[in-house]
Amino acid sequence: MAVSTVAKKLDAHTVRADFPIFEQEIHGKPLAFLDSAASSQKPRQMMEAMTAFYSTSYANVHRGVYVLAERATAALEGAREKVRVLLNAPDVREIVFVRNATEAINLVAYSWGMNNLGPGDLVVVTELEHHSNFVPWQYVAGKTGAKLAMIPLDDQGELDLSTLDSIAAKGNVKVVATNQVSNSLGTINPVERLATWAHEQGGIFVLDAAQSAPHMTVDVQALGADFVAISGHKMCGPSGVGALWGRGSLLSRMEPFLTGGHMINSVRLDKTTWGDLPHKFEAGTAPMAEAVGFGAAIDYLNAVGFDAIAAHEHELAAYALGRMSEIPGITLYGPPAERRAGIVSFNIDGIHPHDVAQILDMNGVAIRAGHHCCQPLMQKLGVAATNRASFYLYTVQEEIDQLVDGLATVRKVFA
Amino acid sequence: MSEFDQMYREVILDHYKNPHGHGVLDPADAQADGQNPLCGDEVSIYVAFGEDGETIDEVKFSGRGCAISQAATSMLMDMVTGKTATEVAVLDKQELLDEIAIPLTPVRLKCALLGLTTLKVALHKAKGTPLPDGLAGFDELELT
Repeated sequence: MAVSTVAKKLDAHTVRADFPIFEQEIHGKPLAFLDSAASSQKPRQMMEAMTAFYSTSYANVHRGVYVLAERATAALEGAREKVRVLLNAPDVREIVFVRNATEAINLVAYSWGMNNLGPGDLVVVTELEHHSNFVPWQYVAGKTGAKLAMIPLDDQGELDLSTLDSIAAKGNVKVVATNQVSNSLGTINPVERLATWAHEQGGIFVLDAAQSAPHMTVDVQALGADFVAISGHKMCGPSGVGALWGRGSLLSRMEPFLTGGHMINSVRLDKTTWGDLPHKFEAGTAPMAEAVGFGAAIDYLNAVGFDAIAAHEHELAAYALGRMSEIPGITLYGPPAERRAGIVSFNIDGIHPHDVAQILDMNGVAIRAGHHCCQPLMQKLGVAATNRASFYLYTVQEEIDQLVDGLATVRKVFA
Repeated sequence: MSEFDQMYREVILDHYKNPHGHGVLDPADAQADGQNPLCGDEVSIYVAFGEDGETIDEVKFSGRGCAISQAATSMLMDMVTGKTATEVAVLDKQELLDEIAIPLTPVRLKCALLGLTTLKVALHKAKGTPLPDGLAGFDELELT
């Protein structure tokens, strides 16, 4: 993660005071929430924005001519503009609201993939993918006769790009789909290089930014991506809203994903014509209040500053790796601290992650135990599951200390 | 006793460290593989019937999982040896839970019952006995 030396320092204790979830104890202990990679906690400011929207401006959007409908429409479209600025997208019509990054990728896999893939074509994913950027492509490849290929990992948990030529020899590379940050190992992937490679092969580049957008600046133009998927809930926004950015020239030629209300231009018995972008891809009533909350979350993150967030998480990851490497019997997965986001996956020799997580919970520490929706990666690592501690802007060093203390208890129980 | 001591009580840890019936039967008269999609735990169950072709003469399990799933399956091996396929098929899961006797959250309940569910699937495949609750009616494909 690029750490700017001029970034203002983030005071996590101050940030934390904005998050009401921390005003409670779990099993009589302070809450150490180390599962932000699964979903982040919520600042008061975001919740207040949603409440204000429901209290003063709620009505269905894009239809009514009355004041409330106009306010609601302005709020939704204002949120869309905030997402555009966040991603540095050229045009706000390229921002499609969806439920989450999974839905965004499905939209691309169906609307683009079903109509552009066939036998002889290749969809290239990585061994690091979350199921959300793996299963849709596997499914659509299966339906269209295209093949799925994987960029493998090296021993450090980083993509082995020396395999690209041999992958390209297997067929016509039509799609390259990868995440920017691995939700499981925290690996920061060389996505600009992969975007260039995808285009050299005549393919499109689809970026799952669900795990990167909460923590670092994602500039769709600088990255050279064709589609970028993000989830609001991982970046201080509410659940139920995410966004897809797509290159306008591609989106405008694509068939709709879901059909029904709102996404039409005109409906006749013999023929329906699709609405303009982005409405063609937004069938049904939009997640309006959620989008407003998403916009407020983006404001919140911008106020703290993405450089400061990235630097803070980098510091925490380095601290955690340092402290945890002293624990006997621990295996730490993934790249060195300077090339990873605030995620530490680990196993304790002979103790199943479920048991580790359960005992940690009794110490007030929330981590994730399981396959992290990355079963191909788990197969590569030769394990069924790992423990994962992940950090965000409100994470404080004391929580990592609580984790390390909890792990000592775990080892005692299984000694 | 704290919640903590209750969950990881001595007998659970004993079964986990020294599981009963751990291994593989090849050939087996009945066999099934089960997975817990929530955590990726896997268990395979192997059954050998006695001369009547009905009574469980020997039962083994292999796979990997957390202490709760491994200990529960280990206890299950003791519980079902000598019972008939029909008896096991209708074995109330509460009987196993009583044996485990620890407080279980809904997620950990799935860990605790993975072995029993898989055993019932094995017996269903070999003997046509009823499937466990929640699986009945589902496509066979899901049972592997």
